[in-house]
Amino acid sequence: MDQKPLKKIDIIFGWDERCTPIQVVEKTIKKTPENIILDMIDSGLKGRGGAGFPTGLKWKFTRNEESEVKYVICNADEGEPGTFKDREILDKVPEKIFAGMTICGYVIGAREGYIYVRGEYNFMLKTLQQKIDIFNQQLHDMKVDFHVYLRSGSGAYVCGEESALFESMEGKRGEPRNKPPYPTVAGYNNKPTVINNVETLVYTSEICRMGPEQFKALGTNDSRGSKVFSVSGDTPIAGIYELELGMPLRDFVDEFGDGDTKAIQVGGASGHCVPRKKFNDTIIGFEGIPTGGSMMIFNSSRSMYNVLHDYLEFFTEESCGQCTPCRIGCQQLLKGIEAVKKGERPPTYLDDLKRLTATMKIAAKCGLGQSVANPFTSIVDNFREEIIY
Amino acid sequence: MTTIEVLIHDLVEKHGKNRNALMPVLQGVVACEKFLSEEAMIAVARELDLSAADVYGTASFYTFLDTKPRGKNIIRVCKTISCHMQGKDAIIKAIESHLMVKVGETSPDKKFTLLSANCLGWCHKGPVMLINDEVFPSVTPEKAIEIIENFAKKTI
Repeated sequence: MDQKPLKKIDIIFGWDERCTPIQVVEKTIKKTPENIILDMIDSGLKGRGGAGFPTGLKWKFTRNEESEVKYVICNADEGEPGTFKDREILDKVPEKIFAGMTICGYVIGAREGYIYVRGEYNFMLKTLQQKIDIFNQQLHDMKVDFHVYLRSGSGAYVCGEESALFESMEGKRGEPRNKPPYPTVAGYNNKPTVINNVETLVYTSEICRMGPEQFKALGTNDSRGSKVFSVSGDTPIAGIYELELGMPLRDFVDEFGDGDTKAIQVGGASGHCVPRKKFNDTIIGFEGIPTGGSMMIFNSSRSMYNVLHDYLEFFTEESCGQCTPCRIGCQQLLKGIEAVKKGERPPTYLDDLKRLTATMKIAAKCGLGQSVANPFTSIVDNFREEIIY
Repeated sequence: MTTIEVLIHDLVEKHGKNRNALMPVLQGVVACEKFLSEEAMIAVARELDLSAADVYGTASFYTFLDTKPRGKNIIRVCKTISCHMQGKDAIIKAIESHLMVKVGETSPDKKFTLLSANCLGWCHKGPVMLINDEVFPSVTPEKAIEIIENFAKKTI
């Protein structure tokens, strides 16, 4: 299988004095929108929020929609447990985000861009607004017709789901919409909208700065480039690391584990749990296990029952309650594992619960309910004894 | 006009008289008042020409838009897995016994409300707590109490 050894990269947080974000904008908008889209497609960049949709195609679809008004939205509603990279990007290199949004605006024909930051990061709003004001002034001086605005959330994980985020921005309950129509056709205010993750937007401006070749040279066929990882849990060096995509999980464990790593939860609460015996044949990337960047490390002192219990409590609270499979499903899974643990239900009840997650996967309306099956089945299958006894 | 009506009127002037302004307006009220009273929600509804039920419907969806009275400072301790592994239980226990409240309650002097929160985005520096908008990573039970005491002194 195509794979790359673990390698630390410095694209996202690196700073090029000779080509600052605003200069990247200046240089890029001399190209035609079509050429910029070709560069994005050529680079192989896929969304860094977790879902991994090709960024160039998203921009292309939105450009092709006919509408006087379109929007660019930066999804900074980072809420997946174990993820904290977007906060660091917003704090350290926000100008790169603004540059990515402006370029996107130029490509698709939007004059307004919004950054939706989760309410938990309210402490940074003031500084961020000041930096936005400076950037907007620079755009104005360059006669670029684009303006960046800031919006904040109010503590709802589900608003990271793109259509729920639009609902929230429109002053409504953050309940995901039915799809289609997709945001490229009808997003914020029902207008064609590009919504990209913070990190994705930074990569778009970096690809414009250094060209698609340099980006494409990193990673594997299915997972081009690098990615910012949030490393937490049982590790002596928790923090944020940009790594080349396509590495075997074994390399990651050797670098970040504490020598006693039992399992890694890749992709946060909604991701997959990989046990020790599968470290060697698991690739981190779209061909293996994709991730929005959350890597939680558990050593052998941890009870995987407690881990699963925490995740299920999280989903039970954060389910928006709109659709029955997710609302009731999350509650029943939580009650179910508690009952098995207490011996009120036989161990085989876990198989019934697994069937419930399979139903949720096909019947829940959005990614929240659909993805509960990931942690549930991967933890139950690999650590069944810990759940029962 | 009452003070709250003036506040809401100003917020609507600033953010616009349309539905898209609802979140920023409600957030503005909470920033000053810590929660949304019935009076506030009715005033917002009137200013934005929405039904009060619609305003309540939106507000009640969001964890940070409280519709119950809260203390002057809101403490939110992260309870999600990474902070759990790094000892959030001890933090909560220390605060509970210091303020003589349980999670979800407000101290008798109305200075603090203690709440738990889902992932606050500081998993590498847990346990973490927010007081109002301020963040305090890598807290110990002793440090948490010290921080809270400092807030208590600043709060009249």
